[in-house]
Amino acid sequence: MGVTLTKDSPPDALAAAVAGEVADKGFLLTSLDAAVNWARTGSMWPMTFGLACCAVEMIHAGVSRYDLDRFGVVFRPSPRQSDLMIVAGTLTNKMAPALRKVYDQMAEPRYVLSMGSCANGGGYYHYSYSVVRGCDRIVPVDVYVPGCPPTAEALIYGILQLQKRIRRTGTFLR
Amino acid sequence: MTLPIDELGQAILAALPEDVISVHLDAGELVVLARMPAVVDVLTFLRDDSNCMFKQLMDICGVDFPDREHRFELVYNLLSMKHNQRVRVKLAVDEGDAAPTATGVFSTAGWFEREVFDMYGIPFDGHPDLRRILTDYNFEGHPLRKDFPLTGHYEVRYDDQTKRIVYEPVKLVQEFRNFDAVSPWEGMVQSPAKGPEAKG
Repeated sequence: MGVTLTKDSPPDALAAAVAGEVADKGFLLTSLDAAVNWARTGSMWPMTFGLACCAVEMIHAGVSRYDLDRFGVVFRPSPRQSDLMIVAGTLTNKMAPALRKVYDQMAEPRYVLSMGSCANGGGYYHYSYSVVRGCDRIVPVDVYVPGCPPTAEALIYGILQLQKRIRRTGTFLR
Repeated sequence: MTLPIDELGQAILAALPEDVISVHLDAGELVVLARMPAVVDVLTFLRDDSNCMFKQLMDICGVDFPDREHRFELVYNLLSMKHNQRVRVKLAVDEGDAAPTATGVFSTAGWFEREVFDMYGIPFDGHPDLRRILTDYNFEGHPLRKDFPLTGHYEVRYDDQTKRIVYEPVKLVQEFRNFDAVSPWEGMVQSPAKGPEAKG
């Protein structure tokens, strides 16, 4: 009897099924797509890109109370080790080239989560002379998290939405 | 001994009659209006005099008054840790005129003056490194001047063809709208029929 993976099965149920299968038979069979997506969603390491007050809320999500580690989300100081960039805060014109450079340094597959009103569309500073009206003018964004700032729960929800999105995407074309 | 704030003002005026235009109290805070070339002398006196001892320069601000004869005003905020007192030194600067630098008196003035230069375009004579400090590289204009457009002149975008950030003239989908946030009930008089007990 094989393990049946659906696109929406939660990661821990999958891990339990895999552990049971391995204990039972000593090997397991799965589709490569599912295995790759399991690996991708289970260890999304974000590039730490805190720009303003949203960064504090991102830190709340990261430390013990909400503990992003349990989703395999571990903050990295280097873009070369990251899969995800959380743009947390106001992106200014002066910062934009640096943001793009960091994004370009990330290895594929890479994802961008835009956190908060300022990163989504300029927010409070939409009409400012120095603020980029949305970080999607600089990098392609996968998930937008609304709020000013979004709560830690909202950020985690955004990350879970991104995981869901990755799981629904086939890695290999058939 | 610490002088009361009003006596301190008179002492400053008496010590520097040439350099100080006037001294007054505004909401209990001492304001010294300085004359243009002598502001460095005033600051030095305020720093070193035993009654003043304003050893710390907290900030230098700029103000733009388009209707005034001298368009700009520089405000030096000083703190005396010794006497637990603060003083504000004001200096009127005309557009195009340069103000003398205070870096010789307070080393911290360097970045404050760079900020004022960045935001208002007031040059400082004798400043060791007068560059912009906050705005973008190659920024045009001085954003805190009243005649600077709110949205500026350029916006940035990543160009996929050239693979770099490009600057383009600002294109707004929707113009800035200024909402009147005053409540229609603001300033309404309570009807005399209701006594004070009717309020709660």
